[in-house]
Amino acid sequence: MTRKSPKPDEMEYYQQEELLKVDWEPPKTSWMDTPVDFRPGTFIYPGKAKNLTVFDLPYPRDWAVTDEDWQLPEGWKKTVLEGMAERLSKYRSFKIFMDTCVRCGACADKCHFFIGSGDPKNMPVLRAELLRSVYRKDFTALGKVFGKLAGGRELTPEVIKEWFYYFYQCTECRRCSVFCPYGIDTAEITMMGRELLGLLGLYVNWVIEPVANCYRYGNHLGIQPHGLKDTLDFMADDIEEATGIRIDIPINKKGAEILFFTPSGDFVAAPGIYTCMAYMLLFHELGIDYTWSTYASDGGNFGLFTSHEAMKRLNSKIYAEAKRLGVKWILGGECGHMWRVIHQYMNTMTGPADFLEVPKSPLTGTVFENARSAKVVHIMEFLADAIRHGKLKLDPSRNDHIRVTFHDSCNPARGMGILEEPRYVIRNVCNNFFEMPENTIREQTFCCGGGAGLGTDENMEMRLRGGLPRGSAVRYVQERHGVNQLAAMCAIDRATLVTVCDYWAPGVEVTGISELVANAMVFEGESKRTHNLRLEPIPGMEDAEGEDKVVEVAAHE
Amino acid sequence: MNVLVALVAVVGLFLLGLAGGASGLGWLFGVGIPYAALVLFVGGLIYRVLGWAKVPVPFRIPTTSGQEKSLSWIKQQKLDNPHNTLTVIGRMALEVLFFRSLLKNTKTEMVEGRRLVYATDLALWVAGMAMHWSLLIVLIRHLRLFTNPVPFFVTFLEATDGFMEVGLPVVYVTSIVFVVGLVYLLYRRLAISQVRYISLVNDYFPLLLMLAIGVSGIWLRHLAKTDIASVKEMALGLARFSPVVADSVSPIFYGHLFLVCVLLAYFPFSKLVHMAGVFMSPTRNMANNNRAVRHINPWDYPVKVHTYEEYEDDLREKMIRAGIPVERQ
Repeated sequence: MTRKSPKPDEMEYYQQEELLKVDWEPPKTSWMDTPVDFRPGTFIYPGKAKNLTVFDLPYPRDWAVTDEDWQLPEGWKKTVLEGMAERLSKYRSFKIFMDTCVRCGACADKCHFFIGSGDPKNMPVLRAELLRSVYRKDFTALGKVFGKLAGGRELTPEVIKEWFYYFYQCTECRRCSVFCPYGIDTAEITMMGRELLGLLGLYVNWVIEPVANCYRYGNHLGIQPHGLKDTLDFMADDIEEATGIRIDIPINKKGAEILFFTPSGDFVAAPGIYTCMAYMLLFHELGIDYTWSTYASDGGNFGLFTSHEAMKRLNSKIYAEAKRLGVKWILGGECGHMWRVIHQYMNTMTGPADFLEVPKSPLTGTVFENARSAKVVHIMEFLADAIRHGKLKLDPSRNDHIRVTFHDSCNPARGMGILEEPRYVIRNVCNNFFEMPENTIREQTFCCGGGAGLGTDENMEMRLRGGLPRGSAVRYVQERHGVNQLAAMCAIDRATLVTVCDYWAPGVEVTGISELVANAMVFEGESKRTHNLRLEPIPGMEDAEGEDKVVEVAAHE
Repeated sequence: MNVLVALVAVVGLFLLGLAGGASGLGWLFGVGIPYAALVLFVGGLIYRVLGWAKVPVPFRIPTTSGQEKSLSWIKQQKLDNPHNTLTVIGRMALEVLFFRSLLKNTKTEMVEGRRLVYATDLALWVAGMAMHWSLLIVLIRHLRLFTNPVPFFVTFLEATDGFMEVGLPVVYVTSIVFVVGLVYLLYRRLAISQVRYISLVNDYFPLLLMLAIGVSGIWLRHLAKTDIASVKEMALGLARFSPVVADSVSPIFYGHLFLVCVLLAYFPFSKLVHMAGVFMSPTRNMANNNRAVRHINPWDYPVKVHTYEEYEDDLREKMIRAGIPVERQ
C-alpha cells in the first residue's frame, strides 16, 4: 500500500529544509515589474457568491484566483479610486500613513511573512507601497507631475491581483507598527486595501463565509441555537466525567448578572473546547450568575477582516443582546481579534452602553474602572483579580507535568496591552512557566501566521512560513526548558498554532489559559481528580484512583 | 538607477544656483526665489497639516507597546501604553525627540540554519538621531546671519558646537556629524539590498540634496571663505523685508542658497512632511482608554443588522424544541 502523496494544503507537503532556506534577497526585477505568482498553498479561495449575497455585498460571482479574467465590474477603476478618495477623507490614519512613510525599512524584517518567505512584498513598507504607489499617482502633486519618476503607478487589473494576494498575506498583527518611527500600522493599510477589493466583490471565502454565518446565526460556524445547546451539553458530560461535577448551562437567561461570550471556535474543536469547558466549570464553582446567548454566540468578528461596516454590522448584536437579557455587565473569553474589536471599536461603533452598570466582580467587589464605559471585562482581568483575592482554591501541582510557555496573541498585546494579567494567572496555576525570547513576546510577539482570516489549509505554505518565527521561538524553549505546552488566549491561535507547533516544534501542545486554571482548581465536591479536562490521565495522579478505592473498601468493611 | 536620477537632479540644481549667482541674477536668486521658497514651505506645511487635521479620526486605535492600565496592583507601562493626555504627551515627546520606536530596532538573523534570532540594531537610530539633531543645531546656528544683535542661545550653541577649537574659522562638530549621518543614511539605502529595493527617487533626492547643502556650506565657510559680512547683510535684509544684494559673495553661496530654497519648496510636498505627520499619527497620539472613555466617530452611520427578532423568527421552532427561552411562543 502506498501512501497518497501529500497536497499543497497539507503540511506534509512541505520539507522543513526547503522552507528554512529563506532567501531574503530581493529579486533582480523591480517590484513594480514583478507579477504575482499564484502558487497553490499561498493564496486563499475567493468568497462564494452565496455568502456575498447573504451579507448584501456587491458583485457576487463565482470566480477563481487563477483565472486570467477576474470579471471586474464595469467602471472598476473609478470605483476603486473613488473608494480611496472617500477613505482618505474619513480615516486620518490612512491619509497620514500614505503621506509620512520615509521608506527607512525598519519594518522590513519585523513581519513574520517576510521573515518566513523572503518575498519583498511582504515587507510591511512594500505592502503599503502597493497602495501608496497608486495614491501617489492619483492623489499627490508630485505624482501627478512626475508620474513613475515620483513612484507613481497606474491602477491596472494586475495591481488588483497583487493587492488581493498581499492584503490576504497580512494578518493585521501590527508588529511592524511597534517599530515604525511614525507608528504606521500596516493593519490599517490592509484593512483599507481589503475594503477597496470588497467594492469589486473580491473577498476570500475563509472570511466571508464566517461573516455570512455570523450575520444569520450569531456565530462564525453557523451553529444554530439547538446545536449550541447540544454542544454545551456534551461538554457538561465530559466535565462530569473528569470531575464528577454536574454543571448547569444557562442559555439566553434573562436577568442574569453577566452576559458571557467567547469565540465560537471554542465550541467545536480541540483544544479550544477544553477552554470552553473550563469557563463553565469555573463559573459554576464560583457561583457566577451568568448566561450564554445563542444570538450573540460569538464575540469573534470576522467583519474586522472585511470592512469597518461589516465589523459594525456583526458587532451590534452584543450590546443589543445585553440589553434584551437585562444583564448588568459583559464578560469576554479568551480571544485575539475579538478583543481588538471589543476594546478598540465596540464602544464607539455600537455604544454607548449606558443601560449597563460599571462592571464589578461579584467575587471580590473589585470595580473594573478601565471598563467603566464599555462595560466589558476580559476573562484574564477577572481571573487575575479573583486569584489575587484568594477566591480560587488552586493546586498548581496538578499541572506539574506541564512545562508551559505563553504566546502573547497579537491583538490583546498590541491593540490592548493585556500582558501581565495572563502571566499572573499562569504563574498561579503552573509551577513550570518559561518565557520565550524577549523579542518574540509581549508587544514584540509574533503572529501565529493564521490571523485575520488566513488560517485555512489552502494557505498552508504561507501559514507555515509565517509561523516560522513563532515556531522557532517555541522550539527554542522546548529544547532549552523542555516546554511541552504553549498557552494562548486566542481561538485562532488554538486552531492554527497546533499546526505551527506540529510542524516547527513537534511535541508541543496548545492550550488555553482557562483550561490550565480549571485543571489546577480544587472544586467543591469534586471526585478525586485523576483526569484533566481532556480526559487524559494526570501523571502522578493515576495511582490516586486505586488508593481511593482501597480506602473506600476499607471504610465499608 | 533611482539614485542616479536624484544625483543628476541635485547636481543640476546646484549648477543652476551657481550660474544664477555668477550671471548677476542676484535679485532673483538671492531675494525672489528665497521668498518664494519660504512662502511655499510655510504655506505648504500649513496646507498639509490642515489637510490632515480636517480628516476625522473615527476610531481610537493606538498601538499598545506595553502593559495596559487595568487592575490597581498591576503596574502600567505609562509611556508605552498611555491612558490619558499627559501620558500620551510623554509617549509623543519620547517619539519625536528620541525616536523611541526606532530605538527598538532589531535585525533578524538565521543561525545554525534553523533558529531565528533578533539582534539589537541601533545603526539607523544613531544615524537618524545624529542627522536630525545636528540639522536642528545647524539651523539655529544660522540665526546668527539673520539677527543683530545675535541672541545669547545662538552664541552659546556656537561656543559649545565649536568646542574642539580646530581650524579657522572654527570647525563645528554638528557640521561634520550632519554630513556623516547623511552619508551613512545614503550608504545603507544603497548597501542594504532590501532598502535599496524599496528606494525611490523621492528617497535619494532629499538625502543628496541635504548632503549637497551641507557640503557646500562647509565649503563656503572653510574653503571659499566667502565674505561673511556681505552674506549677513543679505540675510538680515531678507529677515527685515528690506532685501539687498551684495556683489562680493561667492557664487557658491548662491548654489548653497538655491539648494536650500529647493529643499524648502520640496519639503511640504514630499515624504519630508513626516516632520509634521508624526505628531498626528493615531497609533501614537491617542490614549488607550477605549473601554473607559467612549470615543465618538463623527461620521458614524446606521448599518443594516440582523436583529434578535429576525433571528428568533427564523429559529423559533428549533429554540422551543430545545428548551431555549424565546420572546414569543
